[in-house]
Amino acid sequence: MSPDPGLLNPAAWKIEPRREIPRSLLYATPLLAVVLTVIAGFFIFLFMGYDPLLSLYHFFISPLLTLYGLSELMVKAGPLIMIGVGLAVGFRANVWNIGAEGQLTLGAITGGVVALAFWNETGWWILPLMCGAGILGGMAYAAIPAFLRTRFNVNEILTSLMLTYVATLFLSTLVYGPLKDPMGFNFPQSRMFSDSGLLPILLEGTRLHLGSGLAIAIAVAGWVLMTYTIVGFQVRVLGQAPAAARYAGFSGKRLVWFCLLLSGGLAGLAGTFEVAGPIGQLIPVISPGYGFTAIIVAFLGRLHPLGIILSGLVMALSYIGGENAQVVVGLPQAVTGVFQGLLLFFLLASDFLVRYRIRRRAIQAAPDGQTQAAEGAS
Amino acid sequence: MSARYLEVSRLEVKGVTKRFPGVVANDRVDFAVGPGEVHALLGENGAGKSTLVKMIYGVLHPDEGTLLWNGEALQIADPHAARALGIGMVFQHFSLFEAMTVLENIALGMDKPGDMATLATRVRDVSQAYGLPLDPERDVYTLSVGERQRIEIVRCLLQNPKLLIMDEPTSVLTPQEVSRLFETLRKLAAEGVSILYISHKLEEIKQLCDRATILRGGKVVDTCDPAAETAKSMAQMMIGAELKSVTRRGGASLGEPRLVVEGLTLASEDLHGVDLKNISFSVKAGEIFGIAGVAGNGQNELLLGLSGERLADHDSVLRIDHRVLGRKDAGQRRQYGLCSVPEERNGHGAVPGMSLIENGVLSAHHRMGLVSSLFIQAGAAARFAAEIVKTFDVRTPGTGVSAGSLSGGNLQKFVVGREILQKPTVLVVSQPTWGVDAGAAAAIHQALVDLAAKGVAVVVVSQDLDELLAITDRLAVINVGVLSSAMVTQEASVEEIGLLMGGVHGLDTAPATPDAETAHVA
Amino acid sequence: MTLDILVPIILTVVGSATPLLFAALGELVVEKSGVLNLGVEGMMIMGAVAAFGVAVSTGSGTLGIVAGAAAGMAMAFVFGVLTLTLAANQVATGLALTIFGLGLSALLGAGFVGIPVAPLAKLAIPGISDLPVIGPLLFAHDALVYLSLAAVVGVAWFLKKSRAGMILRAVGESDISAHSIGYDVIAVRYRAVLFGGAMAGLGGAFLSLSYTPLWNEGMTAGRGWIALALVVFATWRPWRLLAGAYLFGGVTILQLYSQGAGVAIPAQVLSMLPYLATILVLTIIAAGPWKGRLDAPACLGKPFRPST
Repeated sequence: MSPDPGLLNPAAWKIEPRREIPRSLLYATPLLAVVLTVIAGFFIFLFMGYDPLLSLYHFFISPLLTLYGLSELMVKAGPLIMIGVGLAVGFRANVWNIGAEGQLTLGAITGGVVALAFWNETGWWILPLMCGAGILGGMAYAAIPAFLRTRFNVNEILTSLMLTYVATLFLSTLVYGPLKDPMGFNFPQSRMFSDSGLLPILLEGTRLHLGSGLAIAIAVAGWVLMTYTIVGFQVRVLGQAPAAARYAGFSGKRLVWFCLLLSGGLAGLAGTFEVAGPIGQLIPVISPGYGFTAIIVAFLGRLHPLGIILSGLVMALSYIGGENAQVVVGLPQAVTGVFQGLLLFFLLASDFLVRYRIRRRAIQAAPDGQTQAAEGAS
Repeated sequence: MSARYLEVSRLEVKGVTKRFPGVVANDRVDFAVGPGEVHALLGENGAGKSTLVKMIYGVLHPDEGTLLWNGEALQIADPHAARALGIGMVFQHFSLFEAMTVLENIALGMDKPGDMATLATRVRDVSQAYGLPLDPERDVYTLSVGERQRIEIVRCLLQNPKLLIMDEPTSVLTPQEVSRLFETLRKLAAEGVSILYISHKLEEIKQLCDRATILRGGKVVDTCDPAAETAKSMAQMMIGAELKSVTRRGGASLGEPRLVVEGLTLASEDLHGVDLKNISFSVKAGEIFGIAGVAGNGQNELLLGLSGERLADHDSVLRIDHRVLGRKDAGQRRQYGLCSVPEERNGHGAVPGMSLIENGVLSAHHRMGLVSSLFIQAGAAARFAAEIVKTFDVRTPGTGVSAGSLSGGNLQKFVVGREILQKPTVLVVSQPTWGVDAGAAAAIHQALVDLAAKGVAVVVVSQDLDELLAITDRLAVINVGVLSSAMVTQEASVEEIGLLMGGVHGLDTAPATPDAETAHVA
Repeated sequence: MTLDILVPIILTVVGSATPLLFAALGELVVEKSGVLNLGVEGMMIMGAVAAFGVAVSTGSGTLGIVAGAAAGMAMAFVFGVLTLTLAANQVATGLALTIFGLGLSALLGAGFVGIPVAPLAKLAIPGISDLPVIGPLLFAHDALVYLSLAAVVGVAWFLKKSRAGMILRAVGESDISAHSIGYDVIAVRYRAVLFGGAMAGLGGAFLSLSYTPLWNEGMTAGRGWIALALVVFATWRPWRLLAGAYLFGGVTILQLYSQGAGVAIPAQVLSMLPYLATILVLTIIAAGPWKGRLDAPACLGKPFRPST
């Protein structure tokens, strides 16, 4: 049951932790992970009986060749970037909010309820009010794991995740019940929002909306927060050395609240943007797993807000590439999830290169004929 | 005894070299231990003693060189192989499992423990025979440090060792426990067991050892007969330079009490920790107050309680210059002038992955004005870090490197310097010179003395009694979370301090008392 | 009359508890060795799809079960390589395992949606299984139910009485100490992680071959996560885990019966119950008077790399 005694045997390698982490490697490994994922994709397609090069082309290249494709990329990248930035701040502090999908759903509900409450009314204030409600909805939902963690020391991973299932069911209760469109032939969906409740389109003929632009601005703000302010500093200290944070007088509980409310609020806003943007109404499923994919976005972007802009675009491509390849080549949509998981695997594996320096020990034949790792001169 | 040396050495180390990133821990080390010999490996912290014995026990493997066992060259692949040869080891940081029983811990350290019931009987027998009483069914976390060490020793003895390695065994023991340990070791040596005794304590080596090999910077610098040397001569071999003594401004007049602690009671956060019970003391302006004690008697908890990392029940429990601060956190206490240096540098006093500049901001952001309206002032922060490096002679290529890349001693100088430069009114320091070379230790001691001379109240928590005797004005002893009344250092006797350090544990008649508290009352 | 209702209810509880029991028991052993594998959901669903696929293709439920365990183990091996050999962050790797497993299972299972499979055979003992009440309750389950119960006994014995179990606990308690007295921490943890994968795979196999003999994308529906919570609930003790799994099984089927009883609550609200119960239970365990007395392994979730 032990791993292969050759390559996987730690004794065969001389591995030393690095004392200084080279920046170049830190930022090069995500690229390596993307390349490895593409290579793995080649073999997956081959194995599944598709033309691998053609499939890869329609997955990764052809969506980028049209203006519409590019605009769709931004539409999908927007929520991923917003949520990813919020999650990254938390991950830096060792606050593992993995329930962003639920907070997104709650934000969609609260923002959507505002839109429906002022249905058929006009006013510039409706949209900002929806956004405010979305942020508050996401925050309130993230406040539950924050409260449970700071008050009772309950692990936020499990609580935030459980709440995601609850949120989806709650949304479903609403669209099957009180929020169902009275003129909707009994379909489980709300009325279409009126124009006052819809985000302005930035580019005529596409679905590119204001939210995508805001996502970039939020990432930049996140970068300033993490790099230049004492709050970002406190977050980083708490994550790297909790004892040092307490020693410095940084309140761990306050930072846990901050991280969860920030990531919840951003996820909630992303939820409002989804319903006020591409969807335009409340339906039982708001997001194709943005809240989970954003976890990968955060890691792939090295938990760095500017890196997250890039990684958000890459992961958005995995969505539209998946859709595109489904239409053109007939690939199952599930390939997207496989690629996303693979990407995170490769990234985590390549992290090893960042943290450790690896040298192969000299291999020599032992007297009994078996090869073994030689310990220097023997 | 001299006849024994003519026999083949039980263990011989020849030209052993071991490198770690950035450091050669052992450089072509040679020495030999004969049967029944008590052999000292003497050297400062960081001289490479622990690395060397870990290679003998098979935990680490030499990069170059040979080990000979009874004259035969061999490789010791892992501790199982070492134990099969008859090598036993008592680790400095015990290799014990806190949430498991004594018996399980012993069984884990043996390759053929046999059935548990028989083993329990054998544990009782052996521990009685060597005066090391142990209850096999107890959970380890309920035991005192001295009792924990007995587990490690009994574990070795059950396997009839030919060579017993003791890595700094006395650093956690009271003077009384030390003399009891020495009796056990002499008895073993008389039975023919070789003992490799690692220490930096000169008097102990003079008392116990037949020969000493002295290591400095990973190399063997000398071999001697400890009985024929003086402590001073061995110290000079060990340190390689004349010892500098701390100069104190004689007869410094003490001012008003600056730090007053009254009735500090604190339950430990750690399941295996020690609760503080009604601790009271006060420190005057210009005074250095020492807190002695065996490790794990509440020092960590006390430091957290003083620094503000743990809050007291009432505001009035801790006062600085009459200001009540018991309910203020570490950041707030620092604003009012209380700075602290924790025992652990990496991850507590400093963030290893952050630069020295950021580590300067860590505790000094308020007192040094390094933050203005939420934004960190990069220029001021860089200048502050550079000032620490310069003033305290921190050896580093720059202030942009991570704290984790500094050697232990240099990082300690940085952390202590960071707190001193903030011009505190009260400074609490734990283990100021732990793992620091002699030169740096002297510099840190001097800095503390100079700080006190400026009217700062200084508290030094240390397990190193010599250190406390050298630099403090008064001291008190902490034992199972209770602080003794303070005594003037010059009038205190080592015997008295030793008894206090042991509570009642140190007395020979005390059995393995289950409850430390009852022992204390008794 | 009451028995007539009670017996089928209890049978449903057994069905919904068994997958949780498998997955949680595996994770308990993993965590006792000091490793936190959050990828239970991913391993479980891979077990479900592999078991279903093999059972449908070969017509053999037994081969399906073996395939389920093997698929869980394969996933666990990936986790092991990343977290044990490459010392990657266990939380992130566990999440990746779940995302990957959900995706890959959907991909592999696309062709199986809507196909029926013969449910696992009940191990009926002629005569005894026909006894009223006792017969159906005790002597008419499929092999996996008995296996899950036997596994509780086995794991309890292993951890408490065997030397290997003692070493496993030691590794989870202090990896540094275990290493310094000569135990191969990584190898012990590999074995634990692989065992955990096999058990999660069996839990998935039970879902797709017995509980709802069908394949559906995402059919584990968070059970892997509930299993993780159960380990905390059980304070890392196998017998309490058994109780917890059956308690949760009860909560899960509550919705079925309250709907049947005509309770006027939307179905979705009842479906929330297991998730809300999980949060409640975690809070009670963390906040209760016994806190600080949990048997959490001291090294849980900390990466370890031996220096040599």
